[in-house]
Amino acid sequence: MSLKTFHLIFVTMLTALSCAFSGWAFAGGRLLAGLGGIATAILVVVYGIYFLKKLKKISYL
Amino acid sequence: MEIPYTVEVRPDTGIYNAKLGIWLFLASEVMLFGGLFSAYVLLRVGAEPGTWPHGWQNVALGTTNTIVLALSAITTLLAWVSCKVGQFGRFKFFHACTLLLAATFLCIKVVEYHEHLNNYEIYLTNGQIADGQMVENDPKHDYLIITGREVTDESALIDLRSQKYARETTFQIPRSEIKVMQNYGPWHNDYLALYFTLTGLHALHILAGSIVIGYLWGPGRKLWKTDPARFTNRVEVSGLFWHFVDLIWIFLFPVLYLT
Repeated sequence: MSLKTFHLIFVTMLTALSCAFSGWAFAGGRLLAGLGGIATAILVVVYGIYFLKKLKKISYL
Repeated sequence: MEIPYTVEVRPDTGIYNAKLGIWLFLASEVMLFGGLFSAYVLLRVGAEPGTWPHGWQNVALGTTNTIVLALSAITTLLAWVSCKVGQFGRFKFFHACTLLLAATFLCIKVVEYHEHLNNYEIYLTNGQIADGQMVENDPKHDYLIITGREVTDESALIDLRSQKYARETTFQIPRSEIKVMQNYGPWHNDYLALYFTLTGLHALHILAGSIVIGYLWGPGRKLWKTDPARFTNRVEVSGLFWHFVDLIWIFLFPVLYLT
């Protein structure tokens, strides 16, 4: 597994963490932190797509 | 004698040797952290209801450290990609950023540890419990000063999630009124023992990764001139280790800070 694949896993986990963080924040009444979590999740997904497009030629192995 | 398969792919494994080596190492690391996570789960599930601490961590600092590590994963990837496309100057820049981010993470960790170790729980002779940050503890004085609060029941100090904005004051405590006094170190309870063990081990990994990245950024970069493909593979291997350490934090943060 190359660094590209591992980075993809990392980005996926980071997206999940951002969503979980926003869920935690909303449950605790922290509106701003919750919105920040959602914004971060969107940002990370956009970055993930961008990075995959940029590194199209690099192997997953 | 030349070391085989440092650049070219080994036919039976399909990858170069260093990559196989780092993955075997990371598998052993999964077992190490897996054991500690299991200990956490078992102790937490086995704890008496209402005795497991909640809200004891500084979520703002934990979140900052999560962002810092996420950025460092990106700079590590960019450093490797820069080597792949032959832009050594960009590699140096991105790896310098990684080192700075690692140093930032460790500094924030030190602040968090200091907050815990300077926080005291003091049982008083009148039955009250004082809890807070030590302001003054001069052995020459017959009193000490803390900033915090006094409670009558220990259970009020276990779940702090709804007490984040509880009013804190600075007050003197005569030494003659102290029955027992202990700071919030790893000896305080199971939760803090696990917190310090897990985050301390993780911080040691950050330090070790920084030394490797620092070597590649500094004296190790000479290899770029003689064998750039091998150097690029070394950067990838260090990046795999760094990503693993970052991934561990992604599990540590919600487990220790948010629950």
